[in-house]
Amino acid sequence: MTDRPEGRTPSAVRPYVITRGRSDTGREPLAWETLVMATDAAFPPSLQPEHHKILTHCQGLLSVAEVAAHLGQPPSVVQVLLSDLVDWGLIVIRPPIAPAEHTDVTMLRKVLHGLESRL
Amino acid sequence: MASKAVSDDPDRASGHPDAHASPPAPAAPAAPGAGGESGKYVSPGVTGAAKLLIVGPLGVGKTTLIGTVSEIEPLSTEAVMTRAGAGVDTVLTPGKTTTTVALDFGRITIDGALVLYLFGTPGQQRFLPAWRDLAKGALGALALVDTRDLAASFDALGNLEDLGLPFAVAVNTFPGSPRYAEDELRAALDLLPGTPLVECDARDMRSSVRALIALLGHLIDTAADPRPGPSWPAPPRAVNTTVNTAVTESS
Repeated sequence: MTDRPEGRTPSAVRPYVITRGRSDTGREPLAWETLVMATDAAFPPSLQPEHHKILTHCQGLLSVAEVAAHLGQPPSVVQVLLSDLVDWGLIVIRPPIAPAEHTDVTMLRKVLHGLESRL
Repeated sequence: MASKAVSDDPDRASGHPDAHASPPAPAAPAAPGAGGESGKYVSPGVTGAAKLLIVGPLGVGKTTLIGTVSEIEPLSTEAVMTRAGAGVDTVLTPGKTTTTVALDFGRITIDGALVLYLFGTPGQQRFLPAWRDLAKGALGALALVDTRDLAASFDALGNLEDLGLPFAVAVNTFPGSPRYAEDELRAALDLLPGTPLVECDARDMRSSVRALIALLGHLIDTAADPRPGPSWPAPPRAVNTTVNTAVTESS
């Protein structure tokens, strides 16, 4: 791996190529716990192999972090590729619990009870 | 990914290093479809996810705990960090601009509509940039502590305080670890009175889940009473008892 003296993206060479130089989609990146799933739309034949791989992994709901782990790519790369797929209507997302709800006692109790049920 | 990430927990593959001679870390109980496709996906009715951070120094048992409670085989992913984002040692090492750190994580389905992710987060100060992203949106954190090296946990606790993320502390009990009275530990770790301090065995599912339950209890208390500062009796330490009145307690 080459050291990049003036690296402007957080990626090494290969991820940089995969995202065609983009480290930023111009909007807030998808959180690692955002759930994503492929839509029923047919895959366009022109897809990059990495986009295609993501879609084959996303036949059910998975978090962004899980997609990254299954792909063996850093989340920073997968976030960019997923944003493409969202733009193209090939991936739908279910956003994480909003920060405003973090102090929602009802939601927190639900998590508590979910944990207690595992005892 | 060709590069080798810095593996944070050496105990990832083999349970705890050295301290636990036997038995090896038990597999996550009844992990549905581990290794198969059936357990890979989140149940389709789930509408959203929440996350908790599991933080602590190298080898404290983060990966073990995540593996113990997760319903999926713990996964690992690499966070790539720009040193520029760190803002600390950029000038000292201008040639090296990125570094990677391995983050292990697991998943617990809470009910039909909600799933919880646990992200293991290395405690060292130099990983703080990775924390900022991960901590964004986290409900809270469980800080793991090893009494054989309390000082190793200071960075993680300091990071949590800097980020304002509510947390509970769990002492991961290793055989032969020194035992301290709770107030001694609280003083050594400089914990607020309201911060839960529990013991757990990261290899044991129920014990680990109970530590997470202590954290959730704390999050609920904090949410129900968001005023800063302890709602419990004053700390046993003498820190504030003799200060003159010009110094007002802010926490």
